[in-house]
Amino acid sequence: MPVIWLCVIVLAISIVGFVFGRQRALSSAGGDARALHSLPNYYGWNVFMKVTAPAFGLIVVWLIAQPLVIQNSIAGMIPESEIKEGSSIGLVMAEVRRTAEGLNNAVAAGVISEELSLDAGADVEALTASLKEAGQVVTSAITQPILHAAQAYRTMTSTGSLILAALTLLLSLGAAGFAIRQADKDYKARNTVEQGILALLIAAASVAILTTIGIVLSLVFNTAEFFRLYPAADFFTLLEWAPSFSGRGGASKLGILPLLWGTLYISFIALLVAVPIGLFAAIYLSEYATPRVRGIAKPLLEILAGIPTIVYGLFALLTIGPLLVSVFGDDGAGWMSGGRAVMTAGIAMGIMLIPFVSSLSDDIINAVPQAMRDGSYGLGATQSETIKQVILPAALPGIVGAILLAASRAIGETMIVVMGAGAAARLSLNPFEAMTTVTAKIVSQLTGDSDFASPEALVAFALGITLFVLTLALNVFALYIVRKYREQYE
Amino acid sequence: MTDASLPTDGAKPQSGSLTTLDARTKKRNAAEKRFRAYGVAAIATGITFLFVLLFAILTSGLGAFQQTFLTVPVYLDEAKLDKKGNRNIDDIKKVSTFGYNPLIQKAVLAEVQKAGIETPLTKSKEMKALISASAAGQVRAAVIENPALIGQTVEFKFLASSRVDGYLKDRVKREHLARDKNIDAEHLDIVDGLLEAGVVAKTFNPAFIFGADASESRAEQAGIGVSMLGSLFMMFVVLFLALPLGVAASIYLEEFAPKNRLTDLIEVNISNLAAVPSIVFGILGLAVFIQFMHLPQSAPLVGGLVLTLMTLPTIIISTRASLKSVPPSIRDAALGVGASKMQSVFHHVLPLAAPGILTGTIIGLAQALGETAPLLLIGMVGYIASNAPDGIASGLLDPNSAMPAQIYEWAKRADPAYYERAWGGIIILLIFLISMNTLAVILRRRFERRW
Repeated sequence: MPVIWLCVIVLAISIVGFVFGRQRALSSAGGDARALHSLPNYYGWNVFMKVTAPAFGLIVVWLIAQPLVIQNSIAGMIPESEIKEGSSIGLVMAEVRRTAEGLNNAVAAGVISEELSLDAGADVEALTASLKEAGQVVTSAITQPILHAAQAYRTMTSTGSLILAALTLLLSLGAAGFAIRQADKDYKARNTVEQGILALLIAAASVAILTTIGIVLSLVFNTAEFFRLYPAADFFTLLEWAPSFSGRGGASKLGILPLLWGTLYISFIALLVAVPIGLFAAIYLSEYATPRVRGIAKPLLEILAGIPTIVYGLFALLTIGPLLVSVFGDDGAGWMSGGRAVMTAGIAMGIMLIPFVSSLSDDIINAVPQAMRDGSYGLGATQSETIKQVILPAALPGIVGAILLAASRAIGETMIVVMGAGAAARLSLNPFEAMTTVTAKIVSQLTGDSDFASPEALVAFALGITLFVLTLALNVFALYIVRKYREQYE
Repeated sequence: MTDASLPTDGAKPQSGSLTTLDARTKKRNAAEKRFRAYGVAAIATGITFLFVLLFAILTSGLGAFQQTFLTVPVYLDEAKLDKKGNRNIDDIKKVSTFGYNPLIQKAVLAEVQKAGIETPLTKSKEMKALISASAAGQVRAAVIENPALIGQTVEFKFLASSRVDGYLKDRVKREHLARDKNIDAEHLDIVDGLLEAGVVAKTFNPAFIFGADASESRAEQAGIGVSMLGSLFMMFVVLFLALPLGVAASIYLEEFAPKNRLTDLIEVNISNLAAVPSIVFGILGLAVFIQFMHLPQSAPLVGGLVLTLMTLPTIIISTRASLKSVPPSIRDAALGVGASKMQSVFHHVLPLAAPGILTGTIIGLAQALGETAPLLLIGMVGYIASNAPDGIASGLLDPNSAMPAQIYEWAKRADPAYYERAWGGIIILLIFLISMNTLAVILRRRFERRW
């Protein structure tokens, strides 16, 4: 809460500053706004900006830095002996934090006095008991060093907050004074304020870069950690995926190849469904259909693209799967043992991709110049001959790009394969067998247990980086082809 | 002088009438027709898929909006519920739901006998399979709220157990009873009789839309309301972060950015982020927001942050398109009367682009609303969303689920009664998406200006 109050105070100072800045500027011009360099409000905004920006900047930096600094100095206080077998400094630190928090809450509730909570020689057992009595979650028994560390943690945190509050107040008052003094009829307030706004706009635009950096860093660091625990060569070449959750490390076999195989197989089936339907639909819509048919059919197809993937997942699991089993299952052809299979997920994914392929190809076919069609008709070709021999060859690079984009979508798709494809990693050619994919395994390795230390959990990051690189490469390549193709006819 | 030479390389000149087609023309025309038919077939297949999908959703999901109820008068026995007879609320609270179960079962048995149904089941305990496990809690809550009810006979409307509900909805069939541990043919005979007597009835169930999720064994009680609130809070986060960030970024890129390396880098980044699989955003959220920043797991705030990053490219792309569609003459006119560049953008271009921006934002929000994969990684699944949040802070920070995550959770559960609920949840989700998209279309039609 104190940080929120601090923010409110800073805002209040800046609003008061706004009023004073505006007034001072106006009075310097003798009350005549026309004599000012900028509109009066800009002088107010100038003060507002100069108060809030450094103050909030300081608060943010402080809030990030303070825990790190305290953590470091506290970590030095804990003797080696406190870190038990199988434990780590991180766990002990968590205990210290919990204890400090418990002390805080107990003091706030009035169960123990402020003096007792700060007393270094306090009886540890009695303290633990009274903490428990106050309803605070405290682990087993607090030992002497942990209590000391927790007490140090408390004092450092509270002095830290005090210093932060004092600094912020000083800074915002100083900035307000400085900015109000600037308010003069010749001061170029508008230019300053617009510079500030521009800086905000640039910051907003950089969020995209930050997101990419965030993705890459979180993937790379965790993957590096994974490869410290598990040999990279095994990950890329092993033909088996068998994580063991019982023993830590060692016994697990984590080879990506079966997962990649499942991913590519399912994507292939999906494209087998989506590409012919999507492509023919695009050809018909752009070359044959009357505006009325186009006006009805195109939006209808595009509804398919707006349906969330969870719906396709459920459709695969509960409709396509049982349907396929009744035809190819034990009662029918006998190739299929369960509803979850490569086919199930592939067909659902194919349906999802139809509008994706069709609208991209539609754009591309429409971009082929009319003169090429006219030339072909002039030579006596029928419409289908024109399409097959003139338009499609001309549009081919673009269509290939569209298919690659669809493939990258299929590879990155998660919900359909999680629900429709099954969980067993298999290298098999039978499309009616259950297989699993990279995305499905990312989900299953990272849900539930939030322990990021084991290779079984960290492998998800290595899978994630593979997925990221794969889809990114496909996308960059496809966009390059599409752009190249567009330039050809512009 | 023109010398048109006759073809000599074997092709026979056409003999006969020009109006009769030769074999080659016929073949070409047939090929033309075939090709057209392929196109029609492709579109028809696509649209068929759409209708099959919608049909599957509606037929399987509409049932979830109805639920089977038993209307039973229960005698609230003072000897069981308030042994001391002093109506002390603390004593009454000591009676757990186990104390209420016999009363309810007795009441159901009385109804069965009143309806004159012939059945070998004569013990009140054997009625347990008919009513939901939630019934006892329902009666207990009513009694605690109004202790004066004790000693009276009060009529209650209980949820039927999910098997009875399934029997009325044709999900539980008599021929499969042998494998079912929870119910048998005798019970179903009773249900048939009670149905005739009007004790059992299938009615609209608002608790499915507004209620909370229930544990795995109580499918009849589960509702999507709480996770709907989770989705709502996430959408607030997305709206309040993605809209300003996206608009600011687009204004910079479209109006101010100089042509340099940095601008190129940002542009490439945005177009690539738009194509990054959504699960990767989930990994990002897990690593940065939960692992690094220690934000709470399963919190709508974290979900909202992840979805913000995911929808940002969509919003930026559509905002830029609508900024671009404002003609340069507007900017020139503003600059001409002495506005600064910044003023021309904020006073003139932005208001004119606003409808387009709004449309793009709504579509981005709709996309975020239906997204599931990243939510799985930040822990919004596997959690039973049973408590509605009170207040904004608790709505943002307390663990909750989201609509698509709740649907996934239901689809994972073993009881087939949950499948119906998953489909029903999809109907609700789709209603939201359809209304959002319709709103976007209406806005576009109403305010779009062609220059």
